[in-house]
Amino acid sequence: MSAKLEERSIVVPGDLVYEGKVRAGDNTYRDGGNVYATKVGLVNYSKDRVSVIALEGGYTPLVGDLVVGTVTDIELGQWLVNIDGPGDAILTVNEAIDKPFRTSLDMTQILEVGDLIVAKVVDLDRNRTPVLSILGRDLGRIHEGFVIRITPSKIPRLIGKKGSMINMILKETRCNVTIGQNGRVLINGRSREDEEIVESVIHKIEAEAHTSGLTNRIQEYLKSIKEEKK
Amino acid sequence: MSKTRKRKSNKTWERVDGRKQDELRPIHIESGVLPNADGSAYIEMGRNKIIAGVYGPREMHPKRLSKPNEGVLRVRYHMAPFSVDPRRSPAPSRRDTEISMVMRDALEPAMFLERYPRSAIDVYVEIIQADGGTRCASINAAAVALADAGIPMKDLVAACAAGKYEGKIIVDLGDYEDKKGESDVPVAYMPKFDQVTLLQMEGIMTREETEECIKQAVEGCKKVYEIQKEALKKKYGMIQGEAAPEPEEEAKTEPEEAPAEETQEPEEHLDVDEAEEEKKQ
Repeated sequence: MSAKLEERSIVVPGDLVYEGKVRAGDNTYRDGGNVYATKVGLVNYSKDRVSVIALEGGYTPLVGDLVVGTVTDIELGQWLVNIDGPGDAILTVNEAIDKPFRTSLDMTQILEVGDLIVAKVVDLDRNRTPVLSILGRDLGRIHEGFVIRITPSKIPRLIGKKGSMINMILKETRCNVTIGQNGRVLINGRSREDEEIVESVIHKIEAEAHTSGLTNRIQEYLKSIKEEKK
Repeated sequence: MSKTRKRKSNKTWERVDGRKQDELRPIHIESGVLPNADGSAYIEMGRNKIIAGVYGPREMHPKRLSKPNEGVLRVRYHMAPFSVDPRRSPAPSRRDTEISMVMRDALEPAMFLERYPRSAIDVYVEIIQADGGTRCASINAAAVALADAGIPMKDLVAACAAGKYEGKIIVDLGDYEDKKGESDVPVAYMPKFDQVTLLQMEGIMTREETEECIKQAVEGCKKVYEIQKEALKKKYGMIQGEAAPEPEEEAKTEPEEAPAEETQEPEEHLDVDEAEEEKKQ
Protein backbone atom coordinates (compact mmCIF):
# COMPACT_ATOMS: atom_id res chain seq x y z
CA MET A 1 0.00 0.00 0.00
CA SER A 2 2.18 2.79 -1.09
CA ALA A 3 2.76 5.43 -3.67
CA LYS A 4 5.74 4.43 -5.73
CA LEU A 5 6.68 7.75 -7.24
CA GLU A 6 6.81 11.42 -6.42
CA GLU A 7 3.80 13.52 -7.28
CA ARG A 8 3.99 14.87 -10.84
CA SER A 9 6.83 12.68 -11.97
CA ILE A 10 6.81 11.56 -15.58
CA VAL A 11 5.68 8.02 -16.27
CA VAL A 12 5.51 5.93 -19.41
CA PRO A 13 3.19 3.01 -20.22
CA GLY A 14 3.80 0.07 -17.91
CA ASP A 15 5.30 2.07 -15.07
CA LEU A 16 4.22 0.99 -11.60
CA VAL A 17 2.53 3.97 -9.96
CA TYR A 18 0.94 2.43 -6.90
CA GLU A 19 1.38 -0.75 -4.95
CA GLY A 20 -1.72 -2.03 -3.26
CA LYS A 21 -5.43 -1.40 -3.46
CA VAL A 22 -6.57 1.99 -4.65
CA ARG A 23 -8.97 3.32 -7.24
CA ALA A 24 -7.36 3.40 -10.63
CA GLY A 25 -8.15 6.78 -12.16
CA ASP A 26 -7.59 8.10 -15.67
CA ASN A 27 -4.94 6.50 -17.83
CA THR A 28 -4.09 3.77 -15.39
CA TYR A 29 -5.07 0.14 -15.01
CA ARG A 30 -4.96 -2.42 -12.27
CA ASP A 31 -3.17 -5.71 -12.55
CA GLY A 32 -2.45 -8.11 -9.74
CA GLY A 33 -3.38 -5.58 -7.06
CA ASN A 34 -1.02 -2.91 -8.38
CA VAL A 35 -1.71 0.14 -10.50
CA TYR A 36 0.21 0.87 -13.68
CA ALA A 37 0.25 3.77 -16.13
CA THR A 38 -1.07 3.35 -19.68
CA LYS A 39 0.14 6.62 -21.16
CA VAL A 40 3.01 9.04 -21.08
CA GLY A 41 2.05 11.55 -18.42
CA LEU A 42 2.38 12.94 -14.94
CA VAL A 43 1.34 10.98 -11.85
CA ASN A 44 -1.35 12.49 -9.72
CA TYR A 45 -2.07 11.04 -6.29
CA SER A 46 -5.30 12.26 -4.77
CA LYS A 47 -7.09 11.10 -1.65
CA ASP A 48 -8.59 7.87 -2.88
CA ARG A 49 -7.40 7.60 -6.42
CA VAL A 50 -4.28 7.37 -8.54
CA SER A 51 -4.34 8.84 -12.00
CA VAL A 52 -2.00 9.87 -14.76
CA ILE A 53 -2.43 13.21 -16.49
CA ALA A 54 -1.76 12.39 -20.11
CA LEU A 55 0.76 14.47 -22.01
CA GLU A 56 -0.11 12.92 -25.34
CA GLY A 57 -3.34 11.57 -26.62
CA GLY A 58 -6.08 11.78 -29.15
CA TYR A 59 -9.58 13.00 -28.53
CA THR A 60 -12.24 10.72 -27.10
CA PRO A 61 -15.66 12.33 -27.47
CA LEU A 62 -17.74 12.56 -24.31
CA VAL A 63 -21.21 13.91 -23.72
CA GLY A 64 -21.15 17.60 -22.87
CA ASP A 65 -17.96 18.43 -24.76
CA LEU A 66 -17.77 21.56 -26.82
CA VAL A 67 -16.04 20.79 -30.11
CA VAL A 68 -14.95 22.58 -33.25
CA GLY A 69 -15.42 20.48 -36.37
CA THR A 70 -15.61 20.47 -40.15
CA VAL A 71 -18.67 19.37 -42.11
CA THR A 72 -17.47 16.60 -44.41
CA ASP A 73 -20.65 15.19 -45.95
CA ILE A 74 -24.37 15.68 -46.24
CA GLU A 75 -26.70 12.72 -45.97
CA LEU A 76 -30.48 12.57 -45.82
CA GLY A 77 -31.42 14.42 -42.66
CA GLN A 78 -27.92 14.63 -41.24
CA TRP A 79 -24.46 16.04 -41.70
CA LEU A 80 -21.24 14.19 -41.03
CA VAL A 81 -18.75 16.23 -39.08
CA ASN A 82 -15.05 15.57 -38.60
CA ILE A 83 -14.14 16.35 -35.01
CA ASP A 84 -10.69 14.67 -34.97
CA GLY A 85 -12.11 11.76 -33.00
CA PRO A 86 -11.94 8.06 -33.76
CA GLY A 87 -14.77 8.50 -36.25
CA ASP A 88 -17.05 11.10 -37.77
CA ALA A 89 -19.74 12.74 -35.67
CA ILE A 90 -23.37 13.10 -36.70
CA LEU A 91 -25.37 16.29 -36.70
CA THR A 92 -29.04 15.73 -37.41
CA VAL A 93 -31.39 18.34 -38.78
CA ASN A 94 -33.45 18.43 -35.56
CA GLU A 95 -30.31 19.43 -33.71
CA ALA A 96 -29.48 22.09 -36.27
CA ILE A 97 -32.74 24.00 -36.73
CA ASP A 98 -35.70 24.65 -34.53
CA LYS A 99 -38.20 23.34 -37.05
CA PRO A 100 -39.28 19.81 -37.95
CA PHE A 101 -37.47 18.22 -40.88
CA ARG A 102 -39.15 18.28 -44.25
CA THR A 103 -37.74 16.66 -47.38
CA SER A 104 -38.26 19.93 -49.19
CA LEU A 105 -35.64 21.50 -46.93
CA ASP A 106 -32.41 22.45 -48.65
CA MET A 107 -29.82 21.34 -46.12
CA THR A 108 -27.02 23.21 -47.84
CA GLN A 109 -28.79 26.42 -46.89
CA ILE A 110 -27.97 25.66 -43.27
CA LEU A 111 -24.57 24.01 -43.49
CA GLU A 112 -22.45 23.28 -46.54
CA VAL A 113 -19.64 20.76 -46.88
CA GLY A 114 -16.45 22.43 -45.69
CA ASP A 115 -18.12 24.68 -43.14
CA LEU A 116 -16.55 24.91 -39.73
CA ILE A 117 -18.92 24.64 -36.80
CA VAL A 118 -18.87 24.98 -33.06
CA ALA A 119 -21.05 22.23 -31.61
CA LYS A 120 -21.84 20.38 -28.46
CA VAL A 121 -21.73 16.61 -28.03
CA VAL A 122 -25.20 15.74 -26.78
CA ASP A 123 -25.10 11.98 -26.99
CA LEU A 124 -23.08 8.95 -27.90
CA ASP A 125 -25.16 6.44 -29.82
CA ARG A 126 -24.95 2.66 -29.76
CA ASN A 127 -21.79 2.58 -31.84
CA ARG A 128 -20.30 5.33 -29.70
CA THR A 129 -20.70 7.72 -32.60
CA PRO A 130 -20.98 11.23 -31.18
CA VAL A 131 -24.21 13.09 -31.86
CA LEU A 132 -23.81 16.84 -32.07
CA SER A 133 -26.07 19.81 -31.59
CA ILE A 134 -25.70 23.39 -32.76
CA LEU A 135 -28.81 24.65 -30.98
CA GLY A 136 -27.68 27.00 -28.28
CA ARG A 137 -25.83 30.16 -27.58
CA ASP A 138 -22.48 30.56 -29.35
CA LEU A 139 -22.97 27.33 -31.27
CA GLY A 140 -23.30 26.96 -35.01
CA ARG A 141 -21.41 27.89 -38.13
CA ILE A 142 -18.21 29.85 -37.74
CA HIS A 143 -18.29 33.06 -39.75
CA GLU A 144 -14.95 34.61 -38.89
CA GLY A 145 -11.72 33.97 -37.07
CA PHE A 146 -9.39 31.08 -37.60
CA VAL A 147 -8.83 27.67 -36.15
CA ILE A 148 -5.62 26.13 -34.85
CA ARG A 149 -4.99 22.64 -33.55
CA ILE A 150 -3.21 21.50 -30.42
CA THR A 151 -2.92 18.14 -28.69
CA PRO A 152 -6.33 17.47 -27.09
CA SER A 153 -4.70 16.23 -23.88
CA LYS A 154 -3.36 19.74 -23.27
CA ILE A 155 -6.73 21.47 -23.46
CA PRO A 156 -7.29 21.39 -19.65
CA ARG A 157 -4.00 23.18 -19.24
CA LEU A 158 -5.00 25.85 -21.72
CA ILE A 159 -8.16 26.48 -19.72
CA GLY A 160 -6.34 26.41 -16.39
CA LYS A 161 -7.76 26.09 -12.94
CA LYS A 162 -11.27 27.52 -13.06
CA GLY A 163 -10.39 29.06 -16.39
CA SER A 164 -7.50 31.09 -14.98
CA MET A 165 -5.25 30.63 -17.97
CA ILE A 166 -7.75 31.34 -20.70
CA ASN A 167 -9.33 34.26 -18.85
CA MET A 168 -5.90 35.81 -18.50
CA ILE A 169 -5.26 35.44 -22.23
CA LEU A 170 -8.67 36.86 -23.08
CA LYS A 171 -8.08 39.83 -20.84
CA GLU A 172 -4.59 40.57 -22.12
CA THR A 173 -5.32 40.21 -25.82
CA ARG A 174 -9.03 41.07 -26.04
CA CYS A 175 -9.55 38.25 -28.52
CA ASN A 176 -12.46 35.86 -28.53
CA VAL A 177 -11.23 32.33 -28.01
CA THR A 178 -13.42 29.25 -28.22
CA ILE A 179 -11.75 26.07 -27.04
CA GLY A 180 -12.98 22.80 -28.46
CA GLN A 181 -12.26 19.79 -26.30
CA ASN A 182 -11.09 18.02 -29.46
CA GLY A 183 -8.00 20.19 -29.67
CA ARG A 184 -9.23 22.76 -32.16
CA VAL A 185 -9.22 26.32 -30.94
CA LEU A 186 -11.12 29.11 -32.64
CA ILE A 187 -9.48 32.50 -32.33
CA ASN A 188 -11.35 35.62 -33.31
CA GLY A 189 -9.69 38.96 -32.64
CA ARG A 190 -9.95 42.55 -33.73
CA SER A 191 -6.81 42.40 -35.81
CA ARG A 192 -4.62 39.77 -37.32
CA GLU A 193 -1.77 40.74 -35.01
CA ASP A 194 -3.83 40.11 -31.89
CA GLU A 195 -4.75 36.71 -33.22
CA GLU A 196 -1.13 35.87 -33.94
CA ILE A 197 -0.19 36.71 -30.37
CA VAL A 198 -2.84 34.33 -29.08
CA GLU A 199 -1.66 31.65 -31.47
CA SER A 200 1.95 31.87 -30.32
CA VAL A 201 0.87 31.87 -26.67
CA ILE A 202 -1.25 28.75 -27.18
CA HIS A 203 1.63 26.95 -28.85
CA LYS A 204 3.87 27.91 -25.95
CA ILE A 205 1.34 26.49 -23.51
CA GLU A 206 1.19 23.32 -25.53
CA ALA A 207 4.95 22.92 -25.46
CA GLU A 208 5.27 23.57 -21.74
CA ALA A 209 2.04 22.03 -20.51
CA HIS A 210 3.81 19.68 -18.11
CA THR A 211 5.69 22.36 -16.17
CA SER A 212 4.53 24.13 -13.05
CA GLY A 213 3.98 27.86 -12.63
CA LEU A 214 2.85 28.13 -16.21
CA THR A 215 0.18 30.83 -15.86
CA ASN A 216 2.67 33.29 -14.42
CA ARG A 217 5.23 32.51 -17.06
CA ILE A 218 2.69 32.93 -19.82
CA GLN A 219 1.64 36.26 -18.37
CA GLU A 220 5.23 37.48 -18.52
CA TYR A 221 5.59 36.09 -22.01
CA LEU A 222 2.48 37.97 -23.12
CA LYS A 223 3.81 41.21 -21.69
CA SER A 224 7.16 40.77 -23.42
CA ILE A 225 5.46 40.22 -26.77
CA LYS A 226 3.30 43.26 -26.32
CA GLU A 227 6.27 45.46 -25.49
CA GLU A 228 8.07 44.17 -28.55
CA LYS A 229 5.14 45.10 -30.72
CA LYS A 230 5.13 48.61 -29.37
CA MET B 1 36.30 -17.39 -41.61
CA SER B 2 37.99 -14.11 -42.44
CA LYS B 3 41.71 -14.32 -41.95
CA THR B 4 42.18 -10.68 -41.09
CA ARG B 5 39.96 -10.99 -38.07
CA LYS B 6 41.80 -14.00 -36.74
CA ARG B 7 45.15 -12.26 -37.10
CA LYS B 8 43.88 -9.27 -35.18
CA SER B 9 43.03 -11.33 -32.14
CA ASN B 10 44.56 -14.74 -32.08
CA LYS B 11 44.20 -15.08 -28.32
CA THR B 12 40.53 -14.49 -27.60
CA TRP B 13 37.46 -14.95 -29.73
CA GLU B 14 35.91 -11.68 -30.78
CA ARG B 15 32.84 -10.59 -32.65
CA VAL B 16 33.19 -8.87 -36.02
CA ASP B 17 32.64 -5.42 -34.53
CA GLY B 18 34.55 -6.16 -31.35
CA ARG B 19 31.51 -6.34 -29.08
CA LYS B 20 31.18 -8.63 -26.12
CA GLN B 21 28.91 -11.62 -26.55
CA ASP B 22 26.07 -10.06 -24.61
CA GLU B 23 26.67 -6.49 -25.67
CA LEU B 24 24.06 -4.59 -27.69
CA ARG B 25 24.87 -2.17 -30.46
CA PRO B 26 24.60 1.48 -29.45
CA ILE B 27 20.93 2.49 -29.46
CA HIS B 28 19.55 5.96 -29.89
CA ILE B 29 15.82 6.61 -29.79
CA GLU B 30 14.02 9.90 -30.31
CA SER B 31 10.27 10.37 -29.98
CA GLY B 32 8.01 12.88 -31.70
CA VAL B 33 10.06 13.37 -34.86
CA LEU B 34 7.20 13.64 -37.36
CA PRO B 35 5.10 16.78 -36.83
CA ASN B 36 2.14 15.55 -38.87
CA ALA B 37 1.82 12.12 -37.28
CA ASP B 38 -0.08 11.53 -34.04
CA GLY B 39 3.01 9.86 -32.67
CA SER B 40 6.40 8.98 -34.06
CA ALA B 41 9.85 7.72 -33.21
CA TYR B 42 13.26 7.45 -34.80
CA ILE B 43 15.65 4.71 -33.82
CA GLU B 44 19.29 4.07 -34.57
CA MET B 45 20.30 0.60 -33.50
CA GLY B 46 23.83 0.17 -34.68
CA ARG B 47 23.66 1.17 -38.32
CA ASN B 48 19.92 0.56 -38.57
CA LYS B 49 18.02 3.78 -39.15
CA ILE B 50 14.27 3.52 -38.84
CA ILE B 51 11.35 5.92 -38.59
CA ALA B 52 7.98 4.84 -37.22
CA GLY B 53 4.82 6.92 -37.50
CA VAL B 54 1.50 6.26 -35.77
CA TYR B 55 -1.88 7.56 -36.90
CA GLY B 56 -5.10 7.06 -35.06
CA PRO B 57 -7.28 5.81 -33.60
CA ARG B 58 -9.12 6.96 -36.68
CA GLU B 59 -11.92 5.86 -38.90
CA MET B 60 -11.10 2.76 -40.84
CA HIS B 61 -11.00 2.66 -44.60
CA PRO B 62 -12.13 0.42 -46.16
CA LYS B 63 -14.94 0.27 -43.65
CA ARG B 64 -15.72 -3.40 -44.10
CA LEU B 65 -12.39 -4.36 -42.52
CA SER B 66 -13.28 -2.69 -39.23
CA LYS B 67 -14.50 -4.77 -36.33
CA PRO B 68 -17.65 -3.85 -34.40
CA ASN B 69 -16.26 -4.83 -31.01
CA GLU B 70 -12.64 -3.73 -31.15
CA GLY B 71 -10.12 -1.60 -32.95
CA VAL B 72 -7.75 -2.88 -35.57
CA LEU B 73 -4.01 -2.40 -35.48
CA ARG B 74 -2.41 -2.15 -38.89
CA VAL B 75 1.33 -2.23 -39.32
CA ARG B 76 3.23 -1.54 -42.49
CA TYR B 77 6.88 -2.48 -42.56
CA HIS B 78 8.65 -1.07 -45.55
CA MET B 79 12.27 -0.90 -46.61
CA ALA B 80 13.34 2.10 -48.60
CA PRO B 81 14.92 1.20 -51.95
CA PHE B 82 18.23 2.69 -50.82
CA SER B 83 18.23 0.99 -47.41
CA VAL B 84 20.23 -1.97 -48.64
CA ASP B 85 22.86 -2.67 -51.25
CA PRO B 86 22.00 -3.52 -53.98
CA ARG B 87 18.91 -1.36 -54.46
CA ARG B 88 15.71 -3.02 -53.50
CA SER B 89 12.37 -2.78 -55.25
CA PRO B 90 10.03 -0.48 -53.36
CA ALA B 91 7.11 -2.83 -53.91
CA PRO B 92 6.16 -4.78 -50.77
CA SER B 93 7.76 -8.20 -50.88
CA ARG B 94 6.68 -11.44 -49.26
CA ARG B 95 9.17 -10.71 -46.50
CA ASP B 96 7.73 -7.22 -45.86
CA THR B 97 4.23 -8.62 -45.57
CA GLU B 98 5.36 -11.24 -43.11
CA ILE B 99 7.31 -8.83 -40.94
CA SER B 100 4.34 -6.46 -40.91
CA MET B 101 2.24 -9.33 -39.61
CA VAL B 102 4.66 -10.47 -36.92
CA MET B 103 5.14 -6.89 -35.77
CA ARG B 104 1.40 -6.46 -35.45
CA ASP B 105 1.16 -9.64 -33.43
CA ALA B 106 4.07 -8.51 -31.27
CA LEU B 107 2.50 -5.14 -30.45
CA GLU B 108 -1.15 -6.14 -30.09
CA PRO B 109 -0.91 -7.81 -26.65
CA ALA B 110 0.28 -4.53 -25.17
CA MET B 111 -2.70 -2.55 -26.38
CA PHE B 112 -6.28 -1.95 -25.29
CA LEU B 113 -7.83 -2.39 -28.73
CA GLU B 114 -11.25 -3.11 -27.24
CA ARG B 115 -11.49 0.57 -26.34
CA TYR B 116 -11.61 1.63 -29.99
CA PRO B 117 -14.40 -0.27 -31.73
CA ARG B 118 -14.76 0.34 -35.47
CA SER B 119 -11.57 2.30 -35.69
CA ALA B 120 -8.04 1.67 -36.85
CA ILE B 121 -4.60 2.44 -35.52
CA ASP B 122 -2.03 2.63 -38.26
CA VAL B 123 1.68 2.15 -37.72
CA TYR B 124 3.99 2.92 -40.61
CA VAL B 125 7.57 1.77 -40.26
CA GLU B 126 10.10 2.89 -42.82
CA ILE B 127 13.58 1.38 -42.92
CA ILE B 128 15.96 4.07 -44.08
CA GLN B 129 19.12 2.06 -43.55
CA ALA B 130 19.27 -1.63 -42.75
CA ASP B 131 21.97 -3.47 -40.87
CA GLY B 132 20.49 -6.69 -39.58
CA GLY B 133 17.81 -7.05 -36.95
CA THR B 134 15.47 -4.53 -38.54
CA ARG B 135 12.36 -6.27 -37.29
CA CYS B 136 13.50 -5.92 -33.69
CA ALA B 137 14.54 -2.31 -34.15
CA SER B 138 11.22 -1.62 -35.88
CA ILE B 139 9.24 -3.04 -32.98
CA ASN B 140 11.24 -0.88 -30.58
CA ALA B 141 10.53 2.23 -32.64
CA ALA B 142 6.88 1.34 -33.12
CA ALA B 143 6.33 0.84 -29.39
CA VAL B 144 7.81 4.25 -28.61
CA ALA B 145 5.77 5.84 -31.40
CA LEU B 146 2.56 4.30 -30.05
CA ALA B 147 3.27 5.66 -26.58
CA ASP B 148 4.14 9.02 -28.11
CA ALA B 149 0.76 9.03 -29.86
CA GLY B 150 -0.90 8.73 -26.46
CA ILE B 151 -2.43 5.37 -27.26
CA PRO B 152 -3.02 3.51 -23.98
CA MET B 153 -0.73 0.53 -23.54
CA LYS B 154 -0.23 -2.05 -20.84
CA ASP B 155 3.50 -1.95 -21.31
CA LEU B 156 6.11 -1.02 -23.86
CA VAL B 157 7.27 -3.81 -26.12
CA ALA B 158 11.01 -4.20 -26.44
CA ALA B 159 12.68 -6.47 -28.95
CA CYS B 160 16.14 -7.90 -29.35
CA ALA B 161 17.65 -10.85 -31.20
CA ALA B 162 20.09 -13.47 -30.08
CA GLY B 163 21.79 -16.10 -32.19
CA LYS B 164 24.66 -18.39 -32.78
CA TYR B 165 27.74 -17.30 -34.64
CA GLU B 166 30.89 -19.42 -34.91
CA GLY B 167 29.50 -21.71 -32.23
CA LYS B 168 28.96 -18.93 -29.70
CA ILE B 169 25.69 -17.49 -28.43
CA ILE B 170 25.62 -13.76 -29.12
CA VAL B 171 23.07 -10.97 -28.65
CA ASP B 172 21.81 -8.36 -31.11
CA LEU B 173 23.22 -9.74 -34.34
CA GLY B 174 24.51 -7.33 -36.95
CA ASP B 175 24.06 -7.83 -40.66
CA TYR B 176 27.24 -9.88 -41.10
CA GLU B 177 26.59 -12.11 -38.11
CA ASP B 178 23.00 -12.53 -39.24
CA LYS B 179 24.02 -13.73 -42.67
CA LYS B 180 27.09 -15.80 -41.80
CA GLY B 181 25.91 -17.09 -38.45
CA GLU B 182 24.34 -20.43 -37.81
CA SER B 183 21.15 -19.21 -36.21
CA ASP B 184 19.07 -16.16 -35.37
CA VAL B 185 16.28 -15.84 -32.77
CA PRO B 186 14.41 -12.51 -32.68
CA VAL B 187 12.39 -12.00 -29.51
CA ALA B 188 9.91 -9.28 -28.51
CA TYR B 189 9.14 -9.03 -24.85
CA MET B 190 6.96 -7.14 -22.39
CA PRO B 191 9.11 -6.77 -19.26
CA LYS B 192 6.29 -5.99 -16.87
CA PHE B 193 4.40 -9.16 -17.66
CA ASP B 194 7.51 -11.22 -18.34
CA GLN B 195 5.77 -12.18 -21.56
CA VAL B 196 7.25 -12.96 -24.95
CA THR B 197 5.15 -11.58 -27.81
CA LEU B 198 7.38 -12.49 -30.72
CA LEU B 199 9.58 -15.54 -31.09
CA GLN B 200 11.00 -16.57 -34.41
CA MET B 201 13.92 -18.78 -35.23
CA GLU B 202 16.05 -19.37 -38.23
CA GLY B 203 18.88 -21.90 -38.58
CA ILE B 204 19.86 -24.92 -36.57
CA MET B 205 20.61 -25.13 -32.85
CA THR B 206 20.25 -27.66 -30.10
CA ARG B 207 17.46 -27.34 -27.58
CA GLU B 208 19.86 -26.06 -24.90
CA GLU B 209 21.33 -23.48 -27.23
CA THR B 210 17.86 -22.27 -28.20
CA GLU B 211 16.88 -21.86 -24.58
CA GLU B 212 20.08 -19.97 -23.87
CA CYS B 213 19.39 -17.74 -26.88
CA ILE B 214 15.91 -16.86 -25.67
CA LYS B 215 17.27 -16.09 -22.22
CA GLN B 216 19.98 -13.85 -23.62
CA ALA B 217 17.55 -12.11 -25.98
CA VAL B 218 15.19 -11.38 -23.09
CA GLU B 219 18.09 -9.84 -21.16
CA GLY B 220 18.80 -7.71 -24.24
CA CYS B 221 15.14 -6.66 -24.37
CA LYS B 222 15.34 -5.44 -20.79
CA LYS B 223 18.26 -3.19 -21.69
CA VAL B 224 16.37 -1.85 -24.70
CA TYR B 225 13.32 -1.24 -22.51
CA GLU B 226 15.27 1.17 -20.30
CA ILE B 227 16.42 3.11 -23.35
CA GLN B 228 12.85 3.30 -24.68
CA LYS B 229 11.60 4.69 -21.38
CA GLU B 230 14.36 7.25 -21.32
CA ALA B 231 13.56 8.35 -24.86
CA LEU B 232 9.93 8.98 -23.97
CA LYS B 233 10.82 10.98 -20.89
CA LYS B 234 13.57 12.94 -22.61
CA LYS B 235 11.08 14.89 -24.66
CA TYR B 236 9.72 16.49 -21.50
CA GLY B 237 12.80 16.48 -19.34
CA MET B 238 14.36 19.55 -20.87
CA ILE B 239 11.55 22.01 -20.25
CA GLN B 240 10.78 20.62 -16.85
CA GLY B 241 14.37 21.37 -15.85
CA GLU B 242 13.91 25.09 -16.26
CA ALA B 243 10.57 25.22 -14.50
CA ALA B 244 10.21 26.42 -10.96
CA PRO B 245 11.10 23.56 -8.62
CA GLU B 246 8.28 23.96 -6.14
CA PRO B 247 4.97 22.73 -7.46
CA GLU B 248 2.34 25.43 -7.51
CA GLU B 249 -1.37 25.22 -7.04
CA GLU B 250 -1.85 25.11 -10.78
CA ALA B 251 -4.39 22.63 -12.00
CA LYS B 252 -3.21 20.33 -14.69
CA THR B 253 -6.36 18.41 -14.21
CA GLU B 254 -9.80 19.31 -15.30
CA PRO B 255 -10.93 22.72 -14.23
CA GLU B 256 -13.97 22.63 -12.06
CA GLU B 257 -15.54 25.46 -13.93
CA ALA B 258 -14.59 26.84 -17.24
CA PRO B 259 -15.70 30.25 -18.39
CA ALA B 260 -19.21 30.23 -19.69
CA GLU B 261 -18.46 30.63 -23.35
CA GLU B 262 -15.61 28.19 -23.32
CA THR B 263 -16.44 24.81 -22.08
CA GLN B 264 -16.45 22.60 -19.11
CA GLU B 265 -14.33 19.58 -19.03
CA PRO B 266 -16.80 18.06 -16.74
CA GLU B 267 -16.96 15.52 -14.04
CA GLU B 268 -18.63 13.20 -16.50
CA HIS B 269 -15.21 12.36 -17.86
CA LEU B 270 -14.19 10.77 -14.66
CA ASP B 271 -17.46 9.07 -14.11
CA VAL B 272 -17.50 7.45 -17.51
CA ASP B 273 -13.95 6.23 -17.08
CA GLU B 274 -14.67 4.89 -13.67
CA ALA B 275 -17.73 3.08 -14.81
CA GLU B 276 -15.70 1.43 -17.49
CA GLU B 277 -12.96 0.57 -15.08
CA GLU B 278 -15.38 -1.04 -12.73
CA LYS B 279 -17.04 -3.08 -15.38
CA LYS B 280 -13.70 -4.53 -16.32
CA GLN B 281 -12.80 -5.51 -12.82
